[in-house]
Amino acid sequence: MSKIYDLIKEHQGKWLKGVREIKGSLMYVENVGEVGYDEEVRIIGVDEKERVGRVLETSQEEVVVQILGDRAGLTIDCLVYFTGTTFKITVSEEVLGRMFNGRFEPIDGLPPITFGERREIIGEPINPVAREYPHDFIQTGISAIDGSLSLVRGQKLPIFSISGLPHNMLAAQIARQATVRGKEEEFAVVFAGIGLRSAEAEYFIKEFTRSGAIERSVVILNLAEDPAVERLMTPRIALTVAEYLAFDLEMHVLVILTDMTNYCEALREMSAARGEIPGRMGYPGYMYSDLATIYERAGIIKGKKGSITLLPILTMPGGDLRHPIPDLTGYITEGQIILSQELHARGIYPPINVLPSLSRLMKAGIGPGKTREDHKYVAEQLYDFYSRGIKARDLARIVGEVGLSPRMRRFLKFADEFENKYVKQGVYENRSIEETLKIAWEILALLPEEELIRIPRHIISKYHLGRRG
Amino acid sequence: MSVERRGVIRKVSGPVVVAEGIPDIKLGEVVDVGKERLIGEVVRISEGYFTVQVYESTSGIKPGEPVYATGKLLVAELGPGLMSTIFDGVQRPLEEILKRAGSFIKRGIKVNALPRDKKWYFKPVVSKGKKVEGGDIIGSVKETPLIEHKVMVPPGVRGEVVKIEEGEFTIEEPVAIIKSDSEEIEVKMYHEWPVRVPRPFKKRLPLIVPLITGQRVLDTFFPIAKGGAACIPGGFGTGKTVTLHKVSMYSDADIVVYIGCGERGNEMCELLTEFPRLIDHRTKRPLIEKSIMIANTSNMPVSAREASIYMGVTMAEYYRDQGYDVALIADSTSRWAEALREISGRLGEMPVERGFPAYLPDRIAEFYERAGRVECLGRPKRTGSLTIMGAVSPPGGDFNEPVTIHTLRFVGAMWALSTDLAYRRHFPAVDWLKSFSQYAEIVEEWWSKEVSEDFARYRRRALNLLTVASEIEAIASIVGEGALPDDQRLILLTAEIIKEGFLLQTAMEGVDVRCPPLKQYLLLKMMMDFYDKAYMLIKRRVPIDEIAEMPVVFEMMRVKEDERDLEAVKELYKRVMEALSNIAKKYNIPQEALSRGV
Repeated sequence: MSKIYDLIKEHQGKWLKGVREIKGSLMYVENVGEVGYDEEVRIIGVDEKERVGRVLETSQEEVVVQILGDRAGLTIDCLVYFTGTTFKITVSEEVLGRMFNGRFEPIDGLPPITFGERREIIGEPINPVAREYPHDFIQTGISAIDGSLSLVRGQKLPIFSISGLPHNMLAAQIARQATVRGKEEEFAVVFAGIGLRSAEAEYFIKEFTRSGAIERSVVILNLAEDPAVERLMTPRIALTVAEYLAFDLEMHVLVILTDMTNYCEALREMSAARGEIPGRMGYPGYMYSDLATIYERAGIIKGKKGSITLLPILTMPGGDLRHPIPDLTGYITEGQIILSQELHARGIYPPINVLPSLSRLMKAGIGPGKTREDHKYVAEQLYDFYSRGIKARDLARIVGEVGLSPRMRRFLKFADEFENKYVKQGVYENRSIEETLKIAWEILALLPEEELIRIPRHIISKYHLGRRG
Repeated sequence: MSVERRGVIRKVSGPVVVAEGIPDIKLGEVVDVGKERLIGEVVRISEGYFTVQVYESTSGIKPGEPVYATGKLLVAELGPGLMSTIFDGVQRPLEEILKRAGSFIKRGIKVNALPRDKKWYFKPVVSKGKKVEGGDIIGSVKETPLIEHKVMVPPGVRGEVVKIEEGEFTIEEPVAIIKSDSEEIEVKMYHEWPVRVPRPFKKRLPLIVPLITGQRVLDTFFPIAKGGAACIPGGFGTGKTVTLHKVSMYSDADIVVYIGCGERGNEMCELLTEFPRLIDHRTKRPLIEKSIMIANTSNMPVSAREASIYMGVTMAEYYRDQGYDVALIADSTSRWAEALREISGRLGEMPVERGFPAYLPDRIAEFYERAGRVECLGRPKRTGSLTIMGAVSPPGGDFNEPVTIHTLRFVGAMWALSTDLAYRRHFPAVDWLKSFSQYAEIVEEWWSKEVSEDFARYRRRALNLLTVASEIEAIASIVGEGALPDDQRLILLTAEIIKEGFLLQTAMEGVDVRCPPLKQYLLLKMMMDFYDKAYMLIKRRVPIDEIAEMPVVFEMMRVKEDERDLEAVKELYKRVMEALSNIAKKYNIPQEALSRGV
């Protein structure tokens, strides 16, 4: 309680009354003079609790404030203090190994970060000419990703999932196993839980603790029971921390944001509360730009050693890839990893459906000197055969396997082996890229050599199993 | 010095600011907003106050802060120094911003579009006493080793050259003085042009020559004429950007203007890395020397995204006016339309379809109408062209949405990308059933003159075969391929050869990154001649498997990447024909039967 009085004393004379209306998370304050757009606001209710807010619209007559955090108990005669600056957090090396809530207050029992640099959480766009094109292959130890959807350092590659699928398990496995070959640099992990259930949050923390990664991690948790408006800040806080680690401390940072669907729901809620014209399915028309200001913070900057690799996770509402959330995300990110219910049901982990999945930066990260000279061609050939195999499987469902031509039957067999040998692996199985490619050549050998038209002849003669005796 | 026209901010809501206190403010006038002097444009005037669209982030801007009118409309600076430069949406060079502000873009940075201190060697082509008018070329500057920059009399100016000098000048120094009836006008190497106003020309000319992109599916099946307009709609992951990157890299345009509008930062970074490295195939010089880029990535301010399209098209028109063939690529026009929607929403305008303002179709039309092949203003007589290619990113990949629908009304070609093809990694994923080009017939004459007289016939037959094949495929997916008659299976086989060996073009390096017209023709001829001859065999009861298992069938699918290029195709053509006549021999079919009816 004394904390509140300290706060009131600290900014004595700046606390105002004049709230005209409180509607949901929005507060309308009259006659407050000159207040900046996006400014941070402190609010104290008669219940003597402090809350934080943000200016959404400002004019000389009236200011619209979005209240973050719990708003029950607020009354019209609460005290408001306009801080004069936009929302900032304090960052220093001390953040490593720590846990915070969605307002960047510690939840690990340790004191808050007090010394360090104040950073705006909104962030500034990286100048496109300052970017370095990402090109360092990250080995995740997962064949479907390394072989067919290679991740590179500085990429933003989301996992599109469906409720109930093991996306958290996959994300934790990536965080645990990700390395850049030939470089002994470990990733620092910034984990942002957005509207997460506590069980899910505990799973990640347990995994990070178990692998020892917790010391190189920063955890920012907005749980399902926490206020929805804070979800708008959680990923931005995470990325502000990540930018500090990557571009000030020169670390390689892997940022996991889960579940971005909760973020988008919160955005829709806010937009509706403000009475904005809704776009598709009620999501605001600016959701694309808004998501971009989060995702585009990934990358590498010329002349700086660190990098931000971004792995957002989102559950597709209704499993629908065309839903605005996965749709707009896919337009911003550099590819997507799509999990499939069907593969999961057949007991395949990780249930990655490689056909609609894609890594846009793959080409820059693979090949001689990075992975291996045959990687690109093998990946293309696998795609081609697998898609033919899936077509054959669909056909077999109608005409029966006996109705297939011998060639189609081979493709069908290939698809089965692809899923069972190449995609499927253990949660703690960490395959090198050579192992992944070895499995790939094994299943490619199911087909006659002349079918391998996506692979140049000299590569076939060097790597094809039939040729190597 | 005129009196400072200064007003005061009343309200801030995102990129929209309401201000008052400048009674003579003009619609479209550029204003400096707030203490940090952010760039904005007046979009609405009401009694007593006006509304400004701000091109930079307005965080922290307060009511009560000043607003300064500049007296200028939103203009582009046009002159030497544009080439090889990368700008943001309001024509600030990003390299300069980097020098001043570091890796992140800060607000309130004022930079000139064109360097003021750089000296250019100006060579006059007219002499003193000559009567000139707007558009006339008075001299030139070597802007890059590739581009001879023509210095023109700005549109609207007319009179007699009373002074003109050869030598090194900065763009601020006058190179000539023109005396009109009333005054003497100093002509500098640059002038300004309001971006929302199309630049004038003498007259439109019919389109006749194709823009050769080097991409087989486009050039052969869905061509675009120089001066035409095309759109490329597709869901995410279908390869819009990759296809447009390739067009920008391998087309035969003299100049490329690439607008990255609301797209990924790393994609612009890729172009910036590639363009200085890639060699233009016609001139053997780095591609960057003929390119201008605009990068207003998705996380940069939305309102500048709206402006970026106009900036780009104005610069492109300026080089068209010099007599060049310019290709403008806008990726993505949907993001531009969304910027329109967001601003419109903030202004409280009445939305019509999916929140877009009622004037969306007009804006789209105005943009694509700036494409064309024209006789340029002024002397010497010259023609220039501006070809516009715009990406469209329909939500959910569903083409039935306002931006796609309205765009289709104003373009002559659509390269529709298919998610299905993309999943199979068939790139470019141009759907041959949905795409169209109204330029195909127009450019036939060019192909017939420059490549081969029977090209058009091959093209039509191949397209026909692909259409029939897709119908047969639909049946095959129910009854199985084995149940089809042999002649239909031959159609499927040929279609697969065309898809793999002709349409698919994914090379990032090597000979297949760019396929010249003659090679396109030879490949297609080989595949269709194969079909015709094989058809005659099948009619004479040769089993399809006999043909399908010939090794040359698989070779036809990969010969495009053979480094021996044309030689390899010609050589394979002979072997395909031989293989077919060997089968004829085996089945005692007279050789002349093979060519009958072809």
